[in-house]
Amino acid sequence: MAIYLDHAATTPLRPEVLEAMLPYLTEHFGNPSSLHAAGRRARQGLDEARETVAGVLGAKPREIVFTSGASENTSLAINGIAWAASGRGRHMVTTVIEHRAVLNTCAVLERHGFEVTYLPVDRYGQVDPDAVANAIGPHTTLVAIGYANNEVGTVQPIAQIGAICRERKVVLYTDATQAAASLALDVDSLRVDLFGIAAHKVEGPKGVGALFVRQGTNLIPQQQGGSQERQRRAGTENVAGAVGLGEALRLARADAERLAAENERQRGLRQRLTHRLEGIADGELTGHPEARLPNSVSWAFRGVEGGDLVAALDLEGVAASTGSACTSGSAEPSHVLAAMGVPSDLIRGSLRLSMGRTTTAAEIDRAADLVAASVERVRAAAQPAAADAAPAPAGA
Amino acid sequence: MPRIVAAMSGGVDSSVAAALLAREAAVGGDEVVGVWMRTHPDRGEGWEPRRGCCSTEAADDARRVAQRIGIPFFILNVEPEFGAQVIDAFAEAYLGGTTPNPCQACNQKIKFDLLARRAVGAYGADGVATGHYARIAHRDGRWRLLRAVDEAKDQTYFLWNLDQPQLAATRFPLGEMTKPQVRQLATEMELPTAATPESQEICFVPAGDYRALLAERMAYVGESGPIVDGEGRRLGTHTGFAHYTVGQRRGLGLTASEPHYVREIRPETNEVVVGSRDDLAARGFVADARHFVAGAPPAERFEAQVRIRHRAPEVNCEVTLVGSERMVVETAEPVWAAAPGQSAVLYLGDECLGGGRIARA
Repeated sequence: MAIYLDHAATTPLRPEVLEAMLPYLTEHFGNPSSLHAAGRRARQGLDEARETVAGVLGAKPREIVFTSGASENTSLAINGIAWAASGRGRHMVTTVIEHRAVLNTCAVLERHGFEVTYLPVDRYGQVDPDAVANAIGPHTTLVAIGYANNEVGTVQPIAQIGAICRERKVVLYTDATQAAASLALDVDSLRVDLFGIAAHKVEGPKGVGALFVRQGTNLIPQQQGGSQERQRRAGTENVAGAVGLGEALRLARADAERLAAENERQRGLRQRLTHRLEGIADGELTGHPEARLPNSVSWAFRGVEGGDLVAALDLEGVAASTGSACTSGSAEPSHVLAAMGVPSDLIRGSLRLSMGRTTTAAEIDRAADLVAASVERVRAAAQPAAADAAPAPAGA
Repeated sequence: MPRIVAAMSGGVDSSVAAALLAREAAVGGDEVVGVWMRTHPDRGEGWEPRRGCCSTEAADDARRVAQRIGIPFFILNVEPEFGAQVIDAFAEAYLGGTTPNPCQACNQKIKFDLLARRAVGAYGADGVATGHYARIAHRDGRWRLLRAVDEAKDQTYFLWNLDQPQLAATRFPLGEMTKPQVRQLATEMELPTAATPESQEICFVPAGDYRALLAERMAYVGESGPIVDGEGRRLGTHTGFAHYTVGQRRGLGLTASEPHYVREIRPETNEVVVGSRDDLAARGFVADARHFVAGAPPAERFEAQVRIRHRAPEVNCEVTLVGSERMVVETAEPVWAAAPGQSAVLYLGDECLGGGRIARA
């Protein structure tokens, strides 16, 4: 039986979520903008989903924009604010460890004459709120800092950063994609103005997400057309997807006690796995030891290519990652680990194991054994072989 | 269960090789894992990727084949190693006035060394299979590298540096097949790469323009200098010695009644020496970095056939070992344009004995 430990990349679709979506892929096929009964029925599903998402975030339904997911959230948030506020200023603040969606969006804006400050992080991947305060200038219009890092799982002090941004009257965009399954999502106590989530990280479907846009925040849409999503995002809505997002979030978060218990359970598994991995020579935890996602363990092994380890584990039936799902064979070592000052001989040997609701202690134990064996094998093979006479074929 | 790594380039040959192994696996053979190696970087976001054997498009093709034949598929990043050991070595050869062998270097350093070692570590495999046209046999207690059955496709010229442990762990599933058979099999098995065109150019040199690569990689733009004949008479001007290859005729810009060919390149004096076709013929040469597939030469002095260029005709020769690395190759008939840096590969009948690198005179 395969052991899936890559929930930070994506999660399986929860059966109840599929159940909730199915009617909107079959009988309730109407276009929510249509005036007739079929349209109204689809509209109802969309409106209910919006209310559910808003409820989970402590927002108003009108503050929720359905999107295609985290990268679109980021594009809409950063480009949308950058251009809407460009008359006031063209400076933005972010960090060096943000997701590529943020960094590449900022890079394009820089080519258009915007100025971007990339704040450093400490060895655990945390940004200093004082540094954010110091980086904000008279022309700063946006601060973009993710809630929890996708590669190392470190959680940022968003509420503190939010307070600073609020005081300095600068919009704060926080990508909460990795945090949505476990951390506090109340947009008011976090003091965020833009806040993005994606369904597929919380046992929902791929290709749908939501961006909270605080009332009163002006944002230039990045996709022009009809007046859907209160003119924030043109295009016929992904009704079934939105329903799936709503249901997934509801199931994950509606019961606060259950959520707390599940987080506690996953933290226990994380400890268990961390303890086991500590027994493997020449490796270390990356990211913050405590201020991290309950489900994520990220590690770096000396003298190992992370990709080799992932392949080795895959062939043994364990799904893991080097840290992000997007680096298919790319030569660049992780910009996150580099920014954290992880030594260069460790940086290539990154491994991320991320658990989910269905992960068991037995799976963790088995995975830990296989990681240990794989690291040993990969390391042994990296040594130049003794060039003795080759074995003869059977019967030769 | 024993496992083998199939190196997949996205071309039809390696696709069929992998498919044949997958077919064996289905009836109890080794489990097959497909690996595509990223050798050099992509272009940036939004740009149509470059075509060619190591492009992202080729990776897509290889992945589609792996899906079709039902094997796990991985992308292995070998950019740093390929960059240093193949691309830089290629550029350095030109800057040293010699002719590089990138395919041979890739086989020796990347496919049958780096990949073979990674195959053991990462994929838990016992060996590597490629789509090369060549055969491996065990004779008289040693592993032998044999020519492919399809003489026109034989690729042993690029494989002469393999050693005993490597041959023991290598499989060439296409060695007994002809190219038309391979194409037909690809079509029969409905492989997405069945109609992929033959790649002839060097995968990291788009459109064969290596001058751009020398400029980009080595900051070599070329300093113009004299084109001279054997007596030192100046016949014209070149754009930089490294832009020329021994045996080259075109692009010399000479107006003469009889054609001139590049005969020698002198980096020290930035001279390109040309001569008539006959001037480039020789009855032998010296080669260094000699290697014998069986682990030892047949004798201190032995007769063989030698090939000094891919697909060049083989010539009978007598080989005499000199010192620990060199050998003198005397040919029974003249060989033309033996280019320093190129491989001189030795054969005896159907067996590739090994070879060496043609040394500068």
